[in-house]
Amino acid sequence: MLRFSPPDGWQGDRPLVLTEKARGALRIAAPDATALRLGLRVGMALAEARALIPDIATAEADPAADAALLRHAAAACEIFTPLVALRGGNGLVLDVTGCAHLFGGEKELASAASRRLRRLGLTVRLAIAGTPEAAWVLARERHGTLAVPGGEAALVQTLPIAALEQAGDTTLALNRAGFLTLGDLAARPRHMLTARFGEGLTAALRRVLGEEDIRITPLRPPPEIMAEKHFPEPLGLLESLLAVLERLARDIVTALERRGVGGRAFEVSFFRADGAVRHIAVETAQATRDIASLMRLVRLRIEALADPLDPGFGFDALRLAVLRSDPFESTQPSLAGEAGTQGGERAVADLVNRLVARFGRENVRRFITRDTHDPVLAADTVPYLAETPSSPCPAPEPGSPPHRPLTLFQHPQWIEVMAEVPDSPPLRFRWRRVLHEVTRAEGPERIAPEWWRDASPAPATRDYYRVEDASGHRFWIFREGLYEDSNARPRWFLHGLFA
Amino acid sequence: MLEQNMNNETAFPLATAALHEFYAGRNDDGAALSGLALAAAGIECPTRPLLWVRQDMLDRETGTPCSTGLEAHGFASSRLILVRARDTLGAIQAGLEGARTAGLAMVLVELWGEGKAYDLTASRRFSLAAKTSGASVLVLRVAAHPAPSAAETRWLTRAAPSQALAARAPGNPAFEITLLRARNGQEGLRYCLEWDRDTRKFISRALPAAGGALIRPAPLSGALAPVPFDRQGAPVLPTRRLAG
Repeated sequence: MLRFSPPDGWQGDRPLVLTEKARGALRIAAPDATALRLGLRVGMALAEARALIPDIATAEADPAADAALLRHAAAACEIFTPLVALRGGNGLVLDVTGCAHLFGGEKELASAASRRLRRLGLTVRLAIAGTPEAAWVLARERHGTLAVPGGEAALVQTLPIAALEQAGDTTLALNRAGFLTLGDLAARPRHMLTARFGEGLTAALRRVLGEEDIRITPLRPPPEIMAEKHFPEPLGLLESLLAVLERLARDIVTALERRGVGGRAFEVSFFRADGAVRHIAVETAQATRDIASLMRLVRLRIEALADPLDPGFGFDALRLAVLRSDPFESTQPSLAGEAGTQGGERAVADLVNRLVARFGRENVRRFITRDTHDPVLAADTVPYLAETPSSPCPAPEPGSPPHRPLTLFQHPQWIEVMAEVPDSPPLRFRWRRVLHEVTRAEGPERIAPEWWRDASPAPATRDYYRVEDASGHRFWIFREGLYEDSNARPRWFLHGLFA
Repeated sequence: MLEQNMNNETAFPLATAALHEFYAGRNDDGAALSGLALAAAGIECPTRPLLWVRQDMLDRETGTPCSTGLEAHGFASSRLILVRARDTLGAIQAGLEGARTAGLAMVLVELWGEGKAYDLTASRRFSLAAKTSGASVLVLRVAAHPAPSAAETRWLTRAAPSQALAARAPGNPAFEITLLRARNGQEGLRYCLEWDRDTRKFISRALPAAGGALIRPAPLSGALAPVPFDRQGAPVLPTRRLAG
């Protein structure tokens, strides 16, 4: 697959090669069709190629862009099946089990897929077969093959040895030994091949012949439940798309009810006619089967998108998937209206869903405490919907004022200290250009760093003091390092504010 | 009667299902503001969840809220839903979503600076939403000047020196609050409240004066209209009447 954007000063008739630096020289990473015809090969040094054909256009290979393009193509192929995997640097493997009839048969599916990928500007070779490995070798060697079930082995046996993609010397050795096709190889006892060429060769052979089947690892985990709709003509209007989505939601809810679960995470995929795919994820605080609230969340999410949904020439398919579900207790609505607390809980869960849809998952948080001495680590917030456990916080000691500040600075703020007293808090300090006269103080509370968390450099022990200034502000300040160790002036920091 | 009332522990009496505004006296009173509001929320309803909307800027200026500190302050941090908003408008929108939700104990909206988005209309919306849902809305403003709004009460909050414990240790959190405006006209009331976490009550203290000496609450002559506080006759000090 190659998408082509010509470099400067390129004319269509000149051979083009992409180059990369390898083994101390500029080498050809990918020649175009003209260059291939003229005898240029992958891995050839550019100097050597120039000696053969002086007039070559070159451009630097960009593997990151290639990978991005391949992922883009994979997303475009999700319209055919949710199970799409990447293969090598330039291939896609789709598991179309049970999908072909939706497109009118395998032949129609193959032509639709090839049309869709060509629209991205790619050269496509494809094949459909019973196992991913057989389909892969057939696509490379016999473009357009649609193997009938059980017929793969016969087709594969006619392919040359090189189709197995073994190391160059293995292929060469096999060819010299007189094996020209995979059929020749398959006819031989396997243990001899294993003894000579290793387990890798026979394993590859078994797989392409369909004697051993492996499943692909899809790029994105398949959804638990999904419903989709392909349109005969691209749709551009958001309102009509949402109407379709509501119909899909009804199907989904029926499926959820049958399983006795409710959805926690949903995903709406908009497939644009030109191959771009947009996924919109919606999470809920409680398992839900409520179509109206789901639709409201999707609407909010679309409105809050930083980069709005661009219909372009319209969308040609829409998919609604349930990514995560939880058991759902169906409650019988009481005649007198919902019970007080339960109704309130549901309302609060709905509120969280709306806030998450509108402000983003990261911005709606809850508080957790961790069992550690590090005051910053011990008190943290996590996204409300994240499943991070919180360890119980020890109850405050009765009769004593709060020992931890209400707010903490993520990075302790340096304070200028005046009138120091050995091993006790300063009498005066300056924070943010304001001088604070310490009138009350308590401490120190010595907090040693947890050296086992990050080894180097071990932070200094801190002596924390609760201090109050003349105007009644209460601060949590600390001295870095022990007083007796510090030869230089110890540094003081303000870490938090008390109410 | 008055003496007895003043010496007793007192609840912080905010009318429920209404909008109340708290202004920080100085920019560094932000933590005192949060502490007072959370303490008030702890008295109001100790079990139901509470929405706390904070503008991002506050994290830089007054630090990020800390769960251990909340627990030490006497507030169950697991009850809180914290929303971080990028600007005043976002914070108001999130706060309104919460104010319209039944089932919340209270909604705290903490704003930084003179955000123009918080105006008469926004405060009216909060006030109406609070009436409908029954959850009080507390708008906390740091680095802002009091402005006209539809709030039921408006308070100025400052941190106050605490009652020192043994060996000059700082005591319980104390706040000095001034009623700038109230719907029923009781302006200019000033209190010094100490928050007692263990009993979940505010204790009234003598007011610190500017010079450091304490102003003793003096009995007042003349009749007083009923005040929203559960004790009558608090010291009325001559304060400048603010617009709004």
